[in-house]
Amino acid sequence: MGSYIPNSKAEQERMLDFLGLASLDDLYDEIPDKVKLKDGLNIPEGKSELEVRRRMETLAGKNTVFHTIFRGAGAYRHYIPAIVKAVASKEKFITAYTPYQPEISQGVLQSIFEFQTMICELTGMDVANASVYDGATACAEAISMCVDRKRDVVYVSATVHPDYLRTVKTYCYAAGRKLVVVPEKDGVTDIAFLKENLDEKSAAFLMQQPNFYGIIEDAETYFGVAREAGAKSIMCINPFYGAIGRTPRECGADIAVGEGQPLGISLGFGGPYLGFMACVQEMTRKLPGRIVGQTTDLEGKRAFVLTLQAREQHIRREKASSNICSNQGLCALTAACYMSTMGPSGIKEVANQCLSKAHYAAKLISSVPGYELVFDAEFFHEFVTKCPVSVNKLMAKLERQGILGGYPLGGPYEGCILWCFTEMNTKEEIDQLVAILKEGIQE
Amino acid sequence: MKLIFERSTPGLSCEVLPPCDVEPYELKPEQRRGQELRLPEVTEGEISRHYTQLESQTFGVNSGYYPLGSCTMKYNPKINDEIAGLPGFSDIHPLQPAHTVQGCLEALHLAERLFCEITGMDNMTFQPAAGAHGELAGLIMIKKYHDSRQDEKRNKIIVPDTAHGTNPASATMAGFTSVSISSGSDGLVDLEALKAAAGEDTAGLMLTNPNTLGLFEKNIVEIAEIVHKAGGLLYYDGANLNPVMGIVRPGDTGFDIVHLNLHKTFSTPHGGGGPGAGPVGCKAFLSKFLPVPRVEEKDGKFYFASDYEDTMGSMKAFYGNFLIVLRALTYTLTLGRKGIPEAAKSAVLNANYMMKSLEDLFQVAFPGRCMHEFVLTAEPLKKKTGVSALDIAKSLLDHEMHPPTVYFPQIVHEALMIEPTDTESKQSIDEAVKVYRQLYEKACTDPEALHQAPVKTAVRRLDEVTAARKPILRYNFD
Repeated sequence: MGSYIPNSKAEQERMLDFLGLASLDDLYDEIPDKVKLKDGLNIPEGKSELEVRRRMETLAGKNTVFHTIFRGAGAYRHYIPAIVKAVASKEKFITAYTPYQPEISQGVLQSIFEFQTMICELTGMDVANASVYDGATACAEAISMCVDRKRDVVYVSATVHPDYLRTVKTYCYAAGRKLVVVPEKDGVTDIAFLKENLDEKSAAFLMQQPNFYGIIEDAETYFGVAREAGAKSIMCINPFYGAIGRTPRECGADIAVGEGQPLGISLGFGGPYLGFMACVQEMTRKLPGRIVGQTTDLEGKRAFVLTLQAREQHIRREKASSNICSNQGLCALTAACYMSTMGPSGIKEVANQCLSKAHYAAKLISSVPGYELVFDAEFFHEFVTKCPVSVNKLMAKLERQGILGGYPLGGPYEGCILWCFTEMNTKEEIDQLVAILKEGIQE
Repeated sequence: MKLIFERSTPGLSCEVLPPCDVEPYELKPEQRRGQELRLPEVTEGEISRHYTQLESQTFGVNSGYYPLGSCTMKYNPKINDEIAGLPGFSDIHPLQPAHTVQGCLEALHLAERLFCEITGMDNMTFQPAAGAHGELAGLIMIKKYHDSRQDEKRNKIIVPDTAHGTNPASATMAGFTSVSISSGSDGLVDLEALKAAAGEDTAGLMLTNPNTLGLFEKNIVEIAEIVHKAGGLLYYDGANLNPVMGIVRPGDTGFDIVHLNLHKTFSTPHGGGGPGAGPVGCKAFLSKFLPVPRVEEKDGKFYFASDYEDTMGSMKAFYGNFLIVLRALTYTLTLGRKGIPEAAKSAVLNANYMMKSLEDLFQVAFPGRCMHEFVLTAEPLKKKTGVSALDIAKSLLDHEMHPPTVYFPQIVHEALMIEPTDTESKQSIDEAVKVYRQLYEKACTDPEALHQAPVKTAVRRLDEVTAARKPILRYNFD
């Protein structure tokens, strides 16, 4: 059995003596016997480190690590430079608590301040927070920032990631908020619906750029409609798209949110990831969660501190802007380190390679009979094609070659595939994929 | 210390990627970004130095004694991190087909079984990413439950005044009004106040047990009866499970829903503010409301199930902070059926030992047996010397110790909330006690020294007022 208790039995006995107790069990003598466990926990006996390692390695061995991945749909495989992993493994960063004591936490605080600045740069916004759980909760929190007594109906495009939509629905159900899903038309948000429905009760409109199908939507036009109705505009953006595409600010968004996982965070079977949130100056005090600000110490030295805490749960309790306490601090530090490592040119290079490889792949894949593009709109690094054979069989065939194929869509696009290409996919890999598609499937 | 932007030299970069091996493609001009992208331009060596310096100004759990009350800053075993870093876990796409992720699913399934046994629950979701996120999930389940019974008048959540701020904040997010009830003179839930508050509009009670004063709510069975009789459900805030894990199961004391803070009780690191994990367990009659997808098993094969008509929906994308759950699972397998309660006992022993070592000087807010933590009040000291809880906290920084939680719970004036945890040695507690006693004496003889503290830290006390009044929240490039 493993144990991390640093006191010997003898030391524990000395401590018990000091307390005037006969045994460790006496520590619980004020707890009624009727609620105590009688026979202990029904779980296995503890194991040594080596045994536990073997057990967990066996579990890891039951998963398939794909050499080649053409699947995104909200989780993206990008190259993570060695320095980023090294920095993110530093013990103090890993084990520190929330930096409540700024005098001994300048490292964490400064790293968050730098992260906030980088998110502002990426999105074109004025202010960013220290992170929320992931892209989906960032969407849900952004919506909460916009709702008030007069405006309490929120609009979300059907083209956002289905998990995000489901999360937003859950949060809206919780708060008793009316949510309208703006229908999709030809892979994009139905602008006519927006024009017809947004009114003086509308609080916000949320869309994703590029959308779930990889399509670059005409955000500016939507946000123009929202602004006219007096509603706030929220853009959920892929950070790499933000590096080369029109920023949320340029498109007229009031709030920019997104999933920061592509910025140096491993796939990790879905988490931990990184929700980022940024907004225009006027909405600063509506932001949820931690925010780090710059100030000085009493000797005039520059220093950083958690600030605007009057928004937060530990001060405002039921009137707080959100209940969030723990966030994704270490993931934010990782993303900031990643952005520093790549620099402006590196981030743009990743984005451009994603864009170029996806277009190279789209041209070749769609030239294979039966794999036509479903939409003819411009896309970033994901696109949808039809599939002339059983999607399951195609995926099985790819899997045998160590390839995780595109994501099989459901609903209205059942039988279609959402492909994703990043800088990790070489031309050779893409050509090999196309060759396999050409071979077809023995049905 | 320089900001990374101040280390930037135009034109420098880390060469990480090979050139693009396909024909370049460009966005249409009207789709392109116009704003400049001002990220740092630095070399790898510069980055490494920058973060090494940042780390040197960070206080980790091994930097010194870290008795931050209600945060359970126990040692974070290294094996946990190594397991989470195995490529067979860290390089797995969340949308891989089920047959290629059997290990991940089995891990989640196993974790569900172990944590359900520890809490006395029947099912558990790992989707919530933190304690507060778990609270919200649990409260939405309570809402779903009442809605499913067309019991729509239940719009109030009762919260004791010692509760964490997240409790009332979560209640608001879940569309409830929170009703605060005052604690009795013994620091426990006042049964009469609870009876008065409970009624046909009660959706539930959120309770932390042991509470934030470190006291076990010994009337828990009566509390549960009152709430259940009124038609409400009982929610367990797992922030303080550490001292009773393997000793008392929330499910056996009447709780219907539980959240765990894996980053407290189950030794996963705090990451300077996350990521944590806040799994939520419930009794069988509530399982149908759990978030989807859920992990299930049939004939030795694991799969995700989403076809639950009454589900509350989803709390986030995918399945939660999986790599954090793996760490907690590794820890639980390591400690096992005996190690879990032994850790709990060690935590309680350490807290009582330290409390008794200080009680002749500092006033204990609610004397008696404590569990994982105890709360001192510096109010008498402040009256006598002018030295506040904050001054004590800041003075501890000069002794390379992390201060306790201060000014919480709010019902104790000048509160110092101390949680030594199970992984602190007698020796380090003795050393800490010595420092606390020295500070007390210093407060009596030279209070100004404590008002001035800290003096040895990287920065002195900060101007927090200006930080909030004239916020500077990002680097100014101009």
